[in-house]
Amino acid sequence: MDKEQFYYDNKIVKMFLIATVLWGVVGMLVGLIVAFLFIFPNILEGISWLSFGRLRPLHTNAVIFAFVGNSIFMGVYYSMQRLLKTRMFSDALSKIHFWGWQLIIVAAAVTLPLGLTSSKEYAELEWPIDIAITLIWVVFGINMIGTILKRRQRHIYVAIWFYLATFVTVAVLHIFNNLELPVSAFKSYSIYAGVQDALVQWWYGHNAVAFFLTTPVLGLMYYFVPKVANRPVYSYRLSIIHFWSLIFIYIWAGPHHLLYTALPEWAQNLGTVFSVMLIFPSWGGMINGLLTLRGAWDKVREDPILKFFVVSITGYGMSTFEGPMLSFKNLNAIAHFTDWIVAHVHIGALAWNGFMAAGIIYWLAGKLWKTDLYSKKLANIHFWLGTLGILFYALPLYVAGFTQAAMWKQFNPDGTLVYGNFLETVTQIMPMYAMRAFGGTLYLVGFILLAYNVIMTAKAGSTVEDELAEAAPLKKISAARMAGEGFHSWLERRTILFTALIVLAIAIGGAVEIIPLLTVDSNIPKITSVKPYTPLELEGRDIYIREGCNNCHSQMIRPFRSEVERYGEYSKAGEFVYDFPFLWGSKRTGPDVHRVGGKYNDNWHFNHMIDPRSTSPGSIMPRYPWLVKNDLDISNTTGKVNAMVKLGVPYTQFDLDKAVYLLQSQAKEVENNLRQDPEFVKNYGSANIQDKEIVALIAYLQRLGTDINAESAE
Amino acid sequence: MSGVEIYPIISLTLFFTVFITMLIIVWKMPKKNIEELSNMPLDNQSNTIDND
Repeated sequence: MDKEQFYYDNKIVKMFLIATVLWGVVGMLVGLIVAFLFIFPNILEGISWLSFGRLRPLHTNAVIFAFVGNSIFMGVYYSMQRLLKTRMFSDALSKIHFWGWQLIIVAAAVTLPLGLTSSKEYAELEWPIDIAITLIWVVFGINMIGTILKRRQRHIYVAIWFYLATFVTVAVLHIFNNLELPVSAFKSYSIYAGVQDALVQWWYGHNAVAFFLTTPVLGLMYYFVPKVANRPVYSYRLSIIHFWSLIFIYIWAGPHHLLYTALPEWAQNLGTVFSVMLIFPSWGGMINGLLTLRGAWDKVREDPILKFFVVSITGYGMSTFEGPMLSFKNLNAIAHFTDWIVAHVHIGALAWNGFMAAGIIYWLAGKLWKTDLYSKKLANIHFWLGTLGILFYALPLYVAGFTQAAMWKQFNPDGTLVYGNFLETVTQIMPMYAMRAFGGTLYLVGFILLAYNVIMTAKAGSTVEDELAEAAPLKKISAARMAGEGFHSWLERRTILFTALIVLAIAIGGAVEIIPLLTVDSNIPKITSVKPYTPLELEGRDIYIREGCNNCHSQMIRPFRSEVERYGEYSKAGEFVYDFPFLWGSKRTGPDVHRVGGKYNDNWHFNHMIDPRSTSPGSIMPRYPWLVKNDLDISNTTGKVNAMVKLGVPYTQFDLDKAVYLLQSQAKEVENNLRQDPEFVKNYGSANIQDKEIVALIAYLQRLGTDINAESAE
Repeated sequence: MSGVEIYPIISLTLFFTVFITMLIIVWKMPKKNIEELSNMPLDNQSNTIDND
């Protein structure tokens, strides 16, 4: 049959490559700033939009969705055209996808520092941006599926299965986790509360790692590693097993983020079992990637790109070994809420994602600009800086994690805690935080070398953006299986069926985890004394969310002797039924605050917010002076209470009608409490503190975890 | 918590059935197919006209 000539679209790949480099620098820079805030908490003092709680989500979102996201699209757009022997389905859709995604990133970079956040990790963006993400994701999906349908290659290669699974699953996860009720242009409440919200969030959070940071990157690995090494993948059979078992099992593993929490036991155990099973497909993939280089190890010594790939895949192997281990309850009891987890995710982000992206960028730079890479030597220096950076980042944090866990749990013979003051456990690990910042600096410097190398390569190279290719069109053949055709080979040309099977594989795990909890009432035992928040507390809670307090403070006391001794009665599922969204947190840079209500007086909180080091010497919490300056916005208080009513919170008609009045009278009470302190009267006596944001936050903090006391009093 | 236990049991059974079937399918895959399929990323060079 005659061959057809067509052009590969290299321009779109270039655009995504440039975006990857740009956002990589930005995302890592924000990360570095955040790392420096641990050692110098005062450096950005008084600038609300640069406080830790607002920058940390910016860092995670920038790295995940901007840096890794663009690197995925870069690799997908390059490899798909070649694997399917066709140009992308629609240039217009490619462009909409690119610019739409960049706009979303810019919107995130503006809204997150402004404190417009839903608080749910890696899903912090507010509802209008969530909708935009959905639309752009659909554009990407149409473009991808359209390309698959017009292919000149009969079978779809393993890389494309991973891309398809990514598209389908991220769509499902994103939509279900971001179901929220808007109360204004940039404020919404999750439609789930407490335990249910936590389960949906971590089903999402875990699978965002699985289907955004892992499956698409595995697809890239299956294309670019064989391509660069110029030899086929080690075992195609293994890749089939790898693919199906990975996507089937991954979706179940979310609850390992919630071990020992108020989540029902059966859901926790399900999460553990599947997390442990996950090691097999993960390592199958790692082995497949590394062994593709069999017989090519001499090339690895010469070629920086292959070096990046080797460390990347090794990092994947390390973090996917660590993940299942951390899912064992006894190890999780030590690691959870500590810096160990931060080290764990950075092995994934810096080694697996960062180095895979770097290797692909170096290789593509030569191909796209049709010239040799500007400097192989610089790429080698980048490799070593990056590798050292990863070690300097992760190792100190492992030590920090163990130190924290050990200190948190240590008892005196008389049954009291050895380190009763949480701050002792913080000051102890400051040197580790300093070393981590050094590691991050090395990594970023290495990445800046990459940026320079790419710019110089582009300057020297050709600007031709379409690449001529030719291939024969596909002949029509029977949809049925042909003689001698294996079942899976047949499936690989039945793309719609293939996609349907992916949907089925991920739907089973998702459904089994979530549906019972959403439908079976007995999963969350009710506590009658738990009452809805007052309007002022509700506003205070929104400030807690805006400032990102949950990035450093958990609200989940696990049923351990050490935690009950330190924080108070362990947290019960029934206490969170009015928490839209849940605010359990995932890291304790500071202490848990679930039972902070009534622990200190209002003045302590007031002084602590203005200057944490005045009440807690050695604290690394930022100051929040603006809470005392800003008037509390009560324009939407009634709307917020009304939204809660719609979500099923049993407010009375009186609460709803008199929301603002109730808020103001409680605010007055808080100010009266504050006036007990002559120092307060002297400094703020005429400042109308009752109208300020701080009053709402204090009211919320003083309410936290106190409802069950009412039950024991009854 | 009646009615909940059945979910994991059903799905675990389902998973093992699917997994075993998959192993068999992969095992029985013709070798010729495999070679052709795993060379897919590599054979593009011959299709590109103006470089490589």
